[in-house]
Formats: sequence, C-alpha cells, structure tokens
Amino acid sequence: MRKSKALLFEMSRPGRRGYSLPSNDVPEKSLDELLPRKAQRSEPLELPELSEVGVVRHYTELSTRNFGVDTGFYPLGSCTMKYNPKINEEVAVLPGFAFMHPCQPEETTQGALELLYNFEQGLKELTAMDRFTMQPAAGAHGELTGLMVIQAYHRSRGDHNRNKVLIPLSAHGTNPATVSMAGYEVVQIPCDDRGLVDLDALKEAVDETTAALMLTNPSTLGLFEEEIIPMAKAVHEVGGLLYYDGANLNAIMGYTRPGDMGFDVVHLNIHKTLSTPHGGGGPGSGPVGVKERLIPFLPVPLVSKEEDRFYLDYDVPETIGKMHSFYGNFGVAIKAYTYMRMMGAEGLKEASTDAVINANYLMSLLKKTYYVPYDRICKHEFIVSAKPEKKKGAGAGDIAKALLDRNFHPPTVYFPLIVDEALMIEPNDTEAKETLDAFAATMEQIAKDIDEDAEKVAHGPYNTVVGRLDEVRAVRNPVLIWQKDKE
Amino acid sequence: MGYNIIDGVKYTKKHEWARQEGNEAVVGLSDYAQDKLGEIVFVELPDVGTEVEAGKGSAVIESVKAVADLYAPADGTITEVNEALLDQPEVINSDPYGEGWVYKMELKNESQMDELMDKPAYEKFVVEEDEK
Repeated sequence: MRKSKALLFEMSRPGRRGYSLPSNDVPEKSLDELLPRKAQRSEPLELPELSEVGVVRHYTELSTRNFGVDTGFYPLGSCTMKYNPKINEEVAVLPGFAFMHPCQPEETTQGALELLYNFEQGLKELTAMDRFTMQPAAGAHGELTGLMVIQAYHRSRGDHNRNKVLIPLSAHGTNPATVSMAGYEVVQIPCDDRGLVDLDALKEAVDETTAALMLTNPSTLGLFEEEIIPMAKAVHEVGGLLYYDGANLNAIMGYTRPGDMGFDVVHLNIHKTLSTPHGGGGPGSGPVGVKERLIPFLPVPLVSKEEDRFYLDYDVPETIGKMHSFYGNFGVAIKAYTYMRMMGAEGLKEASTDAVINANYLMSLLKKTYYVPYDRICKHEFIVSAKPEKKKGAGAGDIAKALLDRNFHPPTVYFPLIVDEALMIEPNDTEAKETLDAFAATMEQIAKDIDEDAEKVAHGPYNTVVGRLDEVRAVRNPVLIWQKDKE
Repeated sequence: MGYNIIDGVKYTKKHEWARQEGNEAVVGLSDYAQDKLGEIVFVELPDVGTEVEAGKGSAVIESVKAVADLYAPADGTITEVNEALLDQPEVINSDPYGEGWVYKMELKNESQMDELMDKPAYEKFVVEEDEK
C-alpha cells in the first residue's frame, strides 16, 4: 500500500521559500498609512513555507492518484462515463471563445451566439423538442428548471390543484429530490415483474392533481419502457405533462426521440451523452428542451435569429426568469457542440448502438457468474444483484472495493433501490471488447475470492492509497479542513 | 438470514413496526429494515403535532447506503419523537424495537392497526421479500 501523503502544512519548514521578489521601485509606505489598525492582522498569516519543487512534486504526486476516464474503465451506471475527445477542449480554448466577456456588445459575439443557436438546432433534432434553454448548469438543475416551467404552464391556465408528480421506482435518483424542491409531492409508481413501469398502477395514480410524470427512458434498470405511448396518453388525458430525464439518452440517439414518445419537457446531461467532462463539481450543463406550448415559460434570454443576425431574446412573455447568470456554462456547450459535429447524425446513432451492444455483451459475460435479476436484452446498462454473494459474506459494496484493488472504477452500488445489493453497470460506447473481457474476468475472479474467503474481500481494498474507510464516521464527523490547533 | 421479529408489535409492508399503547402507537423500523439499510447516520424527525397519513412518509432515515422514508403505519398525529436519535441514530441498528423507537402517535382510527401484520404473517412476508 502506498503511504498517505503529508499535507502541505505538515511539509512546511520555517523560512523556506519558492520565490524572491524584485527590488521595490516605488516609494515604500508603512502599512499604517494604507490600512487602519483594526483591519490589520495582529499576527502574520501562517501559510505553509515550501520550495517550488516541493509544491510541484506534491501536486504531481496527488494527480497520479486520480482515476478518470483517461486512466481506466469507469462503468458507473447511469453516469455514462464515456471518453471525452480532446478536440472538444481544443475548440473550447480558441481565443475567440476563451477571451470573450459575457457583457460584450452583441455585434462582437455573433460567433458565440451562432454556436449556441446551432447547438440548439442539433438538440432539437436529437430530441424532437421545439426550443431549448442552455442555462441550467447540470442535470438536476435542468430538472428543477423543467418542473418550474411545468408549474408555470399549469398556473397560467388557472390550474392550481396539481400538486403531485409521479415517479417510477426505477427513476433516476435525483428526481424525487427535485420534485420536493419544486414544492410538489412525490407519488411513487411501482414496477412490474419485467422491471418496467406498472401501467395499471400508473393509470390508477393519475388524476386532476397530477402535474407531471417524470420518467427516464430507458430506466435506471437499463430497460426501455415499451409502453411509453399508452403511459403518455394516460398522463395527458388527465391534463398532466411528461418530463424526460435525459440521464440515459446515450442508449437511444438516432433510434427514437423523447418528443416522439410524447414527452413535453426534457433535460439532457450533456456531460454524459455528449462527452463533456463529468464530475469533480463541474462545470456541467443540463439544457432543457420543451414542446411548443411551453416555450413562453422558458428562462430568459433565449438565443434567436433574425435574418443573418443572432441575438439574445428577452421576449418570453411568461418566463420563469433566470436560472443561471448570463447564458449558462457556455464553455461546456462548445465542447458538446464540437462532439455533435464531429460525430454527425450517423455517428451519434452509432454511439448509441455501441453503448447497447457493449452493455449486452458485458451482461452476457457476467451472467455466467452473477445473478442478473432482469434477465432480458438491455439498453445501455444493466443490473447485477450481489445478493447471493452477500449471503456468503461480501456484498455489492465489498465487490466495489475489490474492483478498486484491481484498477477498475466500480459500478454504481446500492442503486436502484428496488434491487437488493445492486451493482449498476454501464460500459458505454467508447470501450473496446478487450476492456470488457478484462473487467468480466476480474469480476469472475472476485466471485471466486468470495467463495474462498469472503471475510478477506469484506475487508478490502488492500492495494489502494487508503484502505477501508470508516464511512459512518466520515458522515457523522466530517473533517474537511486542516486546522493547526487540532494537529 | 435470521432477523429478530418480535411479538407484541404489528408490522407494515414497508418494514415499520408499531406497538399500540391505548389510543397511541409507538413506531420504529424493524430489524429487517435496519439490516437492509445498513449503518444509520442521520434521522430527520417530524414535529410534534404533525398529522401523518398511513403509508405516507413521516420521517427520514439516512444510512451509508441510502436515504429512506419511514412511512406512517396509520393515520394520526405525532405526540412525541425520540430526540436521542438525533445524536445517536445508530441505536436504531443496535436496538430497533427498544431504544431505537422513532416516534409516538395518537391513532385517528385504532382499527387501522388490525390491518397490519402480526409476527407470523411478517415472518412469512420477510422470507418472501428475501427470496425475490
């Protein structure tokens, strides 16, 4: 095991420096002349004292501990950790984009506006929606935007009794939280034996208090909701709207579109499907698209075109307002647009094909060793239940740690909640057969290890920088900053 | 796997238990539920006086694995909450039927308690759940 790294503060030595200031070429003034006493520190700030090479080595060493898509296989279910082509980054740092200021006059930002406009046309084609806002900064932010638009729509019609949003048990995890935040009540819809939304239960649940149905299709079980058309009909018949969570769009690009299935609002996680960087706190981007009748409620401004001129359009009569400063995370939109254009329509369809083939291939390999509760052709991801392994003494969480030991990022664990000891595996479109074979062989080896010595697996990992962490203590007593006095 | 299923309380399909005391019920999570959730790290309790509805979320239990609602076993009003859980939520794991009780409620309709499962029925239910 590699040793835990000392902090910069712990490496500090009095008087050590990594810089020398040039001699002063302006007359010196005393601090008292510049700042009143009460604004001055009574004792010097205790910054760590290090040499330049010490700092460089520290951060370089830390960077080698990162695990990302550029270093290895990352089958994190529902997260679509696909490779992010480097050309995305190159385009985003073109000086015309990178050095632009959001308050520049419109005639000097035509290129950027044109990009946003064209990106919107692409997203419309991909989803069969009529208009998009690029403002939301992430998927969940998009969900809130979408629900606020739905709310504004119902209210504009004097329809004030819709206080419920229906969510199937196989929904994307953030949906219930968004519903609560938007002030709605969650109504859970069960799944049937096939793992699909129980249509009869849905029909029973809808009524004049239904604001919307939030659905991920394919679901977090990786299954396509085959009865989406009758589901949409049931919701629309009572005056409710359909919200599409784009978390799993990577499975269906070019094959089917949310708008064609009957959805009224979608959000896209472009850091998933359209290959922009993912995780680490952002920046993300979660554009929201709507059908015609919801356009009057979108956030302002939209990007519109008049003859050859692009402009920021504030003429949105019943707008919900702004959801982000300026126009969202523009840099992320550049990357996603680059990806779309590099791939082309056929390329995007092929990405979905590959994502689905990869998932089914990996499932067929893992099925030999592990229990697959919904054993049918899947879309882009599938669920393994480690319930049998748990009975032997090592469950889903322990298998995840064992994968860390073997240089794989683990799948999502303990989600979706409807499967006990769930491992949610999404191999995505950019992985080669050899990688999938290696992962399957490793999973098989872990199953053997559990048969031989479950206790040992339950105490891993062993080869990582830190071993098994005390997760309970981390939640109850998080120590997030270094404090000198608590050394 | 053996779960501790005790006599003298009623169980819901969502794995809460309720023990009737006069027109009140003491409510908590069953041993099965605490085992499935894993180590519990946080509990969000309702306010005394809150009206709860059978089958609807009435408290929130957070473990290292998941955040789960505790569903009310019957209709009624919260009369007392176990504030000790705020500092030591882990007693739900160690003593789910005793110190780990979550709240007390006044029952609106005592007959709703008859609809819940007794020990033999719940034992059977848990075996079925586990085989799923």
